[in-house]
Amino acid sequence: MTTESAVAPTAGSVREPVLSLKGVSKGFGAVRALTDINLDIHAGEVVAIVGDNGAGKSTLVKILAGVHPQDSGTITFDGQVVSIPTPTASRALGIATVFQDLALCDNLDVVSNLFLGREITHGTLDEEEMEQRAWSLLRQLSAKIPSVRIAVASLSGGQRQTVAIARSLIGEPSVVILDEPTAALGVAQTAEVLNLIERLRERGLGVLIISHNMADVQAVADRVVVLRLGRNNGDFHVADVSYEEIISAITGATDNVVTRRASAHAVAAAADAHDAAAPPVGRATPDAVGPTLGTATVDEPLPDNATGADTPDDGSKEIR
Amino acid sequence: MTTSPTGSPADRAADLQDERLIRTEGVRGAVLAFQQRVRGGDLGSLPVIIGLVVIWVIFQILNPNFLSSNNLVNLTLQCAAVGTISIGIVLVLLLGQIDLSVGSVSGLAAAILGVGLTQLGWPVLLAVVVALVVGAAIGFLYGLLFTRFGVPSFVITLAGLLAFLGLQLKVLGPNGSINLPYDSWIVQFAQATFLPPWAAYGLAVLAAAAVFYTDIRRASRRRKAGLSTGAISVTLIKSIALLVLLVIVVAYLATDRGLGAMFLLFVVLVVVMNFFLTRTKWGRSVFAVGGSVEAARRAGIRVNRVYISVFILTSTFAALGGLLASARLTSASLSSGGGDTNLNAIAAAVIGGTSLFGGRGSAYSALLGILVIQSISNGLTLLNLDSSIRYMITGAVLLLAVIIDSLSRRSRASHGQA
Repeated sequence: MTTESAVAPTAGSVREPVLSLKGVSKGFGAVRALTDINLDIHAGEVVAIVGDNGAGKSTLVKILAGVHPQDSGTITFDGQVVSIPTPTASRALGIATVFQDLALCDNLDVVSNLFLGREITHGTLDEEEMEQRAWSLLRQLSAKIPSVRIAVASLSGGQRQTVAIARSLIGEPSVVILDEPTAALGVAQTAEVLNLIERLRERGLGVLIISHNMADVQAVADRVVVLRLGRNNGDFHVADVSYEEIISAITGATDNVVTRRASAHAVAAAADAHDAAAPPVGRATPDAVGPTLGTATVDEPLPDNATGADTPDDGSKEIR
Repeated sequence: MTTSPTGSPADRAADLQDERLIRTEGVRGAVLAFQQRVRGGDLGSLPVIIGLVVIWVIFQILNPNFLSSNNLVNLTLQCAAVGTISIGIVLVLLLGQIDLSVGSVSGLAAAILGVGLTQLGWPVLLAVVVALVVGAAIGFLYGLLFTRFGVPSFVITLAGLLAFLGLQLKVLGPNGSINLPYDSWIVQFAQATFLPPWAAYGLAVLAAAAVFYTDIRRASRRRKAGLSTGAISVTLIKSIALLVLLVIVVAYLATDRGLGAMFLLFVVLVVVMNFFLTRTKWGRSVFAVGGSVEAARRAGIRVNRVYISVFILTSTFAALGGLLASARLTSASLSSGGGDTNLNAIAAAVIGGTSLFGGRGSAYSALLGILVIQSISNGLTLLNLDSSIRYMITGAVLLLAVIIDSLSRRSRASHGQA
C-alpha cells in the first residue's frame, strides 16, 4: 500500500508533462480565486493537490474539467496549448474528472452507468458488448463488484467510487482527476480506492487527486502540490517531505494551529516526564521549511486565523 | 448451454466469476430470482396483475355479465383511447415530471378533427395530421418553457390545462358539439373494425415467436461475448405461456366481435414505446434523466433535448388519444377530454407501476393500469352504480397504487436497492 519510493517516471522534467498549467489565474468578481498557478502532471504520475478550504483546489479542478474557463495563463496538453471551454471539450482532450458526488444514476445498473452517454449501439443498444467490456474493465481494476446488472443504489460507497472511476476510463483518457476520492469511505474501502489509483498509475495515466487526508496523500501520491489562498505554495516529492512540512505549507506558517497543538502535547509530555519548565519551543518544527519552498508566497502573519483568512475566496466553493 | 456453478472461475462466464454470487440454474433459478426480487421490493407488475385478477373476480361475482366476451370487447375498446394518452404520461413520469393538460390537449385534438371534417371539409387524414401536429407543437412549447425558464412542469401544464380547454371551446364555436360523419374511416376504424380470427391468431403466434426469437438471439450473443445465458427451458416456457394466454384471449374475444383494431393500435404503440425505452440510447437517457439530472448532464446527455422530446411525445399521444376517443363516440364536444380523462390517464400510469418519483417504470404500465381503471369503471357501470361512487372508488385505487409505489420504494431502500 505504501508508495514505492521510486518515483521513476517523473524524475525531473526530462519528459514532457502530459498536462501543464502555466500562470493560470481565475477571478470571481472581486475575488482572485487562483493567481499564477503552475502545475505539471506527467504520465504515470500521481499528483496530489492539497490546501485548506478555499485554497482554490476545486476551482483548479473546475478549470481542467471545463466548468469555468481560466481568465489568463495557458494550459498545455500533450505539448499543445489548448482551451477547455466546456466539459465536453475537457473529455474530448482526454481529461476525465470524477467529482466528489460521483454523479451516478442510482436507478440504472452498473453497465448503464459505465456507458452512460457513450453507449455502444448498432441501431439498438448493444448490451452484450457493453457488459463484456464492463467486466474486462472492472477486472483490470481488480474491482470487487459481484454483478454489473444490479442497480448502483445497492453498491457500497467504495464500489460506487470504483464505478465512477471506471466510468472515467471508458473514454481512454490520459489524465484522470479525482476530487476527494476517499472523503466518504471507510478504512477498507479507502484502501481499495488507493489501490485503484495505483493501478491507474500503472496503466500510465496521469492522476490528479484532491485530498484533505494527508495519510492518503502520502500513501499514494508521487508529488504533492500545495495551494494556499489561490497561489502555489510548494511542490514536494512525497518521498522527501514530512507531514509537518506539508502542513506548514498548507497553513502558510511554521507556527500554526496544528504545530501549536503538537507542541502543547509535547510540552505536556515533557512536563510529565521531568517537571522542569522548558520554554515551549515547537516540537521539531524546522524553521526553514514551509513558505520558502513556494513560489511567490504571500505570508500574512495570521496564524490564529489560518483558516478564517481563506473566507474571501468564496468563489471556489468546495463541493461537499 | 449453462455453465456449471461448481466449475473453477476460469470456466465460468465473465459475469459469474465472483464467488459471492448466489446462483441457481434453470427454471428453479428463474423462480427463485423472481421471489428474491419481489421480497426486495422490486415488485414490477405483480401488484397490478394481482389487483386486476381480484377486481375481475369481484365484478364477475356481482354481475355474471362482466366477463362475458361482449363486455370484454367493450372493455378493450374503452381502454384504447385513454390508454394511448397514458403512454405519454408514462414517458413524462419517467423523467419525474408531470403533464396535467393531456385531457385538454386530447379535447382540442377532438375539436380540430370535428371542425376540420364537418365545417372545413378537410379530408380525414389532413384533420388527423393537423391535430397531431398541434399536439406536438404544444409539447414543444412546454419543453421550451420548462428548459428555458425552469418553470415546474406541474405549473406549466396546469396553465396549459386551462388555456387549451379555452382553445378547444374556441375551435368548437358556438355549437359546442359536432357529430363526426359516421362513414369516415376514422370512425369506422374506432367502432367497427375488428380483426378476422385468422389474423388475430396469426398475430398471437407472431408475438410469441418474436419473444422466443429475441430471447434466443440475446442468449447466442451473450454466449459469444462470454457471458452467462439463462436456461433455454425458461425461454420456452415463457414463450409458450404467452402464446397460450394470447390464443385464449383471442379465442374468447372472437366469440363476440373479436379483437378491435383500435385496441390493437394501442397495444402496438405500447410495444413500440417499450422498445424505444429499453433498447435505444434515447430510452436510456430518459431513464438516466429521471434517475439523476445532474449525473445525466455530466455524462454528456443533452438533458434539454430529452425533456423537449418527451414533452412533445406526451402531448402527441394525448392528441392521438383524443382523436380515438372522439372517433369512438362519433362526436367532438365541449366535454371531449373533460371529466376524468386527465386523472384516468395519470392514474393508469401510476397504477400500472410507473413511479411518480421518476426513473422507474415501463410502457406496459399504461396497458395494465388502464385495464384496471376501465375494469372498475365498466364493472361499476354494469352494476348501475352512480358515477359519484365510480369516482370515489377510482380515487381509492389510485391512492392505493401510490401507497404501493411509496412502500416498495422504502422496501428497496431497506434492501439497499433504492
